[in-house]
Amino acid sequence: MEKQGNILFSGVGGQGILLASEITAYSLLAAGFDAKKSEVHGMAQRGGSVTAQLRYGSKVYSPLIEPGCADIMVAFEMMEAARYMPYLHRGSKVVVNTQQILPPSVATGQATYPENVLDTLVDNDIEVVKVDALDVARELGEVRTVNMVMVGATSAFLPIDPSVCTEVIEKRVPERFREVNLQAFAAGRKASE
Amino acid sequence: MKDDRIWMSGNEAIALGAFEAGVAVASGYPGTPSTEIMENLAKYEGVYTEWAPNEKVGLEVAIGASFAGARALATMKHVGVNVAADPLFTASYTGGRGGLVILTADDPEMHSSQNEQDNRNYAFAAKIPMLEPSDPSEAKDFLIKAFELSEELDTPVFLRITTRIAHVKGIVEKGEKLTPPVEIGIEKVPGKFVMLPANARKRRVAVEERMEQCREMAESASYNVIEEGDKTRGFITSGVSYLYVKEAFPEAAVLKLGMCWPLPERMIREFAQSVDELFIVEELDPFLELHVKAMGIACRGKEIIPGQGELNTAIVRNALDPSSQDEIFSAPELPMRPPNMCAGCPHRGIFFNLSRMKLFVSGDIGCYTLGFLPPLSAMDSTVCMGAAVPIAHGMAKALGEDAHDKVVSVIGDSTFIHSGITGLINTVYNNSAATLIILDNRITAMTGQQHNPTSGSNIKGEPAREIDLEGLCRSVGVKHVYVVNPHEVPETRKVLKEAIALDEPSVVISKAPCVLLPELKLRKPVSYFTNQDNCVGCMSCIRLGCPAISWTPFAEGEAEQRGYKKKQKGISKIDEILCNDCGQCASLCKFNAITRGEG
Repeated sequence: MEKQGNILFSGVGGQGILLASEITAYSLLAAGFDAKKSEVHGMAQRGGSVTAQLRYGSKVYSPLIEPGCADIMVAFEMMEAARYMPYLHRGSKVVVNTQQILPPSVATGQATYPENVLDTLVDNDIEVVKVDALDVARELGEVRTVNMVMVGATSAFLPIDPSVCTEVIEKRVPERFREVNLQAFAAGRKASE
Repeated sequence: MKDDRIWMSGNEAIALGAFEAGVAVASGYPGTPSTEIMENLAKYEGVYTEWAPNEKVGLEVAIGASFAGARALATMKHVGVNVAADPLFTASYTGGRGGLVILTADDPEMHSSQNEQDNRNYAFAAKIPMLEPSDPSEAKDFLIKAFELSEELDTPVFLRITTRIAHVKGIVEKGEKLTPPVEIGIEKVPGKFVMLPANARKRRVAVEERMEQCREMAESASYNVIEEGDKTRGFITSGVSYLYVKEAFPEAAVLKLGMCWPLPERMIREFAQSVDELFIVEELDPFLELHVKAMGIACRGKEIIPGQGELNTAIVRNALDPSSQDEIFSAPELPMRPPNMCAGCPHRGIFFNLSRMKLFVSGDIGCYTLGFLPPLSAMDSTVCMGAAVPIAHGMAKALGEDAHDKVVSVIGDSTFIHSGITGLINTVYNNSAATLIILDNRITAMTGQQHNPTSGSNIKGEPAREIDLEGLCRSVGVKHVYVVNPHEVPETRKVLKEAIALDEPSVVISKAPCVLLPELKLRKPVSYFTNQDNCVGCMSCIRLGCPAISWTPFAEGEAEQRGYKKKQKGISKIDEILCNDCGQCASLCKFNAITRGEG
């Protein structure tokens, strides 16, 4: 197995990033890759900027992605895509949820949300794939599936068949949420294809 | 993936290892990044687990279980070992009967900690062997080895992990459940267990003999490995740093030390002689480096490898080959996104009041430490678990009687039980008027909802005796104990003012559950909304810093156009999805612009 890759998940604490990274990791493992994932718990999770780092290949040592070495970034919020730009390189793909979540300084009127925040990425030859995951999730009638929409959208860029992912979702998601999560995955996949 | 190969975190792997090792008793206090070990171990059949009120108690429970012949585990974060240091240093002398392992989870980079102390120093100082795994799979194997070592050498053994072991996921192989060699029962060995001076002096000798034996074992132990390779550069490394070395210099010769104390001197000497240049790669302190240098072996370490924060592959590579660094993008200038108290968090009501009362707020460790951040900015000191109460007392004594109403302390329910109660006893006994505010949100929240002696449940969620905080404070001699609902912000302010004005010790218990409690998450909260016609743009609600409330500024002339007063600068809006139904904003709004919705 030649392929290897580094996937950086970024977003805001509470958006379901850990579950999204978990489903992606299980899918890569099911496809026969070795993988390691690193995340941070505790204080960082309280509404702050959070990341999960996922590395896969035939053999993975370090659990951390080096700066400039993320091949794919899965950003759950636009500003959080730009914040972790040092992890990207020219040609990286960024699958970004076009949602805006206001940090306290913006919500209280002390700062403004930057306009066209994704332009810097595009200007540096980074491929930006925009997905309105909140809108897709709303249409499915369950806003909590934003994370699975993002997993679906990202899956189009992974060296694995989508059926591997759906099998993982069927196995890992509790029954009462299973159907809507499968729909969210399919809708996300469609949005980025 | 086969069923015996499981994708799990280091902490989950350690729990599995404890189960397979036949651990009978495990005790710990929650602390990032160690918490999930005990949480997961509690799910296994046949292992007694508990949350102790603090790490000292947790370790003493484990020592007791070991004295009874059981394999026993105590888990804690790095700073927890400071709390447990008293029993630790003497348990080194007593040893035990059943295997005794102390798990220390260090937090380089301080992702969720107040310092980044390197607990390998405890192994040296307390004369206790320490194993250090590099990934989740090794974490499980090394824990089992640690128990074997503990019994063989009659010593407690440390297992040291760091955040990038604890919260890293990888593949772990399931093994058989083992039967520990020692039988559980009472066996009196006073010469070993009663550490009065005459016995302790004898045990002192035994400690040195055992460490010598351990040093000898380390020379041929399976966890210390020389990996042959390019000998122009040789690396001595341990823990997660090993992985960075393997990625940065995959061809190089490596001595991987799975046991970072005591060190295998002959092995190190032999390895050093076999390579042209020797590098020591380790996070934080120059622990290995100092001891290798003390052997008279030339090596390079902290002169090129940072001694602060976490390492990673790039740092290690660039330290040796500075020219190897590619161009790295810099991030655009962005507003920060620090962590914040949740929408509906009861702590917010207290800190909103404190931010307006011109006090010195002596704070403590928990979610409420976020009261430090703007817009509330209402915490002026935080040192360690329990310190809030004595620090306020000390300040009050230094400031003198005139200033007793200028200092308050704030502490959470779990932290108060951990080590705040002794501080309160001191405040009463030595009589200062510093007011203590106990934030009783019914749970240990920051580490992810663990039960504690005030929550009414044990680690498994079964009913347990619940401490009556009000009664406890009264029983240590506090005459003035108030209970407030922090969501009623103006009412709470009145009570705080009254308590602070007293010239005797007083306690205000802020009682409202954490919004992340499972039972609260299940309810369908009714959300508040703004009647935008009534909003005058006073920003009273905005100043709460609630994530559900945001400010929409008006453009030039927009205020008049929309029928507001000309000078109004904007209006506030409540996000009905994020709102958690606490009503703090409504209690502050004087213009009837915030109303509770109807489902």
